[in-house]
Amino acid sequence: MNENKITNILVAGIGGQGVMTAAEVLSQTALSQGFDVKKTEVAGMAQRGGVVTSHVRFGAQVLSPAIPPGEADILVGFEPAEALRWISHLRPTGVAMINTTRQEPPVVSLGLYDYPEDPIGEIAATGIEYHAFDAGAIARELGNFKLVNTVMLGAISELLPFPAEVLKNEILDRFRGRKPELVEINDKAFELGRKASAEH
Amino acid sequence: MSAVPPLAENHRRFMSGNEAVARGAWEAGCNVAAAYPGTPSTEILEYASQLPDMYSEWSINEKVSLEVAIGASLAGSRSLCAMKHVGLNVASDALMSQTLAGVGAGLVIAVADDVGLSSSQNEQDSRFWGRFAHVPVLEPADAQEAFDYTKRAFEISEQFNTPVILRLTTRICHVKGVVTFGNRTSFSKAEGFVKDPGRYIMTPGIAKKRLPMMFEREAEMQRYSEVCDLNVIEEGSDSRIGFITSGPTYMHVKEAYPNAAVIKLGLSYPVPFAKIRELATQVDQLVIAEEVEPILETELKAAGIELLGKEILPRIGELSPNVLRPAISKLLGEEAPEVAPTKTPIEIKPPVARIDPATGIDVFPRPPTMCVACPHLGIYYCLSKIRNTTISGDIGCYTLGAGHPWNALDTTICMGASMGIAHGLDKGRVEADKDKKIIAVIGDSTFMHMGMQGLLDITYNKGNVTILLLDNRAVGMTGGQDNPASGRDIHGQDAMKIDFRKLCEALGVKPERIHEVNPYELPSLFTALRDEVKIPEPSVIITNQPCVLIDFYGAQPAFTVDDDKCTGCGNCLDIGCPAILVTRRETVIKPNGSEKELAFVKIESGACTGCDLCPKTCGPDAILPLADYIRQ
Repeated sequence: MNENKITNILVAGIGGQGVMTAAEVLSQTALSQGFDVKKTEVAGMAQRGGVVTSHVRFGAQVLSPAIPPGEADILVGFEPAEALRWISHLRPTGVAMINTTRQEPPVVSLGLYDYPEDPIGEIAATGIEYHAFDAGAIARELGNFKLVNTVMLGAISELLPFPAEVLKNEILDRFRGRKPELVEINDKAFELGRKASAEH
Repeated sequence: MSAVPPLAENHRRFMSGNEAVARGAWEAGCNVAAAYPGTPSTEILEYASQLPDMYSEWSINEKVSLEVAIGASLAGSRSLCAMKHVGLNVASDALMSQTLAGVGAGLVIAVADDVGLSSSQNEQDSRFWGRFAHVPVLEPADAQEAFDYTKRAFEISEQFNTPVILRLTTRICHVKGVVTFGNRTSFSKAEGFVKDPGRYIMTPGIAKKRLPMMFEREAEMQRYSEVCDLNVIEEGSDSRIGFITSGPTYMHVKEAYPNAAVIKLGLSYPVPFAKIRELATQVDQLVIAEEVEPILETELKAAGIELLGKEILPRIGELSPNVLRPAISKLLGEEAPEVAPTKTPIEIKPPVARIDPATGIDVFPRPPTMCVACPHLGIYYCLSKIRNTTISGDIGCYTLGAGHPWNALDTTICMGASMGIAHGLDKGRVEADKDKKIIAVIGDSTFMHMGMQGLLDITYNKGNVTILLLDNRAVGMTGGQDNPASGRDIHGQDAMKIDFRKLCEALGVKPERIHEVNPYELPSLFTALRDEVKIPEPSVIITNQPCVLIDFYGAQPAFTVDDDKCTGCGNCLDIGCPAILVTRRETVIKPNGSEKELAFVKIESGACTGCDLCPKTCGPDAILPLADYIRQ
């Protein structure tokens, strides 16, 4: 049954958070490790602050690009309510990695809907393994909110079928050429994410 | 977007279906590529424009893009046009006659169906056009095939003297996979354009003669479809069900039923009936899995082939493995398969009541919103404050004005429709609506795409519509592509820049009825709008600030809220800016005994770009520049 073991990673968040970049980095890393890879996302209107998900699948051969509900191995939730929205996409043995920084949409500000009181609690109640920490705060402390992306990738780096260093190098390589001044801080962000996931 | 290496010997790269189509066309020696942006097809031309030695353009609409491609084909150059599904509705007039004329060099129409409606006003099945226009339809199943089939499409186009439809879907366009690619071959017909009025002048007499040729071509293609290597039977060890499938659905079928026999239709029209009958003899039951309409199903049933299709599979949306499995299990009399086997089964406690265990989507909705500081925000704020209006909208970011908090659009139908519909709302008004003010809202790109004609109709026919022409100098919703309003071409090079005032004047609007306003200047915008709706003549209010996502926009220092001054009135929330967040709500009892809801706010300083819109709605002046606040 494991001759074509497919690893399914669902990255979920909000337009503008770097969901697609995270998925792209994961895909390129898997590709560099000799896997067949497919990546799909629903973009379109998504860049306007809507829900964004990106599906990354890799293995010996990948056919359908979309992860069926209940078959994700890892859920990378860039926002707690979004993690909750997609939690049932995980298989029972799957792991959710969650950034606890909340982002409330205008429909909540306008009082039309309530933000879940305790999204992490609700996720905990499903019995699924999860790690939740404030990746946004880590990024802010490092001085660049965009680093959330790297923090989250660092956080899942021990859950992948290839060494964490390979993923880190793929990220740092993206900066080495064009923005070498960002290599060090991304390295730091990655390691802080890695550490945070082990502690939470 | 990464740069595409122009020349590479049998390279492998991770690319999307859209990039693969551009690359395939380029390698096939395509010389001209044209498109109007539209999700999910937009990136085809974005990638094409980065490839050397191939002319590419953003056309002003899909019909023009197809006509450009037709002209280039007649001139002896292989040509490509790309569009989303609804784009072919616009371009169909050209297609329906061009099919009679045939092609010069290869002509490929890549059309992308938004199966599942991630960003469209409807869900269409472009395979119908193959039948309607009597042209072949190719359906790639992933990025590699998108690349291969694009190259192949040019050959088929020339072999059979026909335009070819390359039918894509979102799951092809926006899915990345590993693609092996090669080098560009150059192609052009040595003789160039060959005058042939008996083919290219589509008068009734000539068209009548061309009709039998078109049907002959279709019959010839039908024979080809039976033998061509794009249509293959893949035998399977499980003979209970045989699947007929094409495009991305093929991958879903193979994933869900790896052992079933399958006929994969790469050339799905004309239909290879004999080959499908051959599969029928090998299996107990034929099932057709096609997205979206039961087109092939109807044709196969009419041909006497017994099969199941939409009786057991949904007609709306994607046929992904999780959609196929329960339907097929039921058919086979099996229990629906359990969700993926697990190494160490963990008991999942029943999910909390408010989450649907199947989809998990019962969290609050997070619909697309207008961007922080979007120039449309002030416009919809004003529109939401004017009473007694009927507002026809159009296709673009500003369609979001139909949502909260503005609720300031009453219709959205198709590209450019705001004009004609507003005119019709005016001319068709009944007594009950006699005092209604009719307003149309349209963006710069949509206006040039198909709105200009509607405005001409309004002025010519003594209409009475107040038009808001929202010029943000970009095709916003598809990612800020250039157009004549930006004054830059597809490569970002300087190009003609349209003057909307002159254009509207030329279309018959009186100069004094045209106003150019800054949409962040709420008082002048509101005054212009209030005054113009009262005048029973066509008028145009042009807003002149750029989309915040393009380089013309310059962000300013952020604003903040002084908590001591905020009274919780919530006026600023009516702007609808996503950077304004509620910190707490309070219910107070007014002196007259009635209850009032208060909402105290803050501004997300990381997101705010200081557009200065919300301070204008704040009575107690509680919103001020962050720098001033810190200085206090």
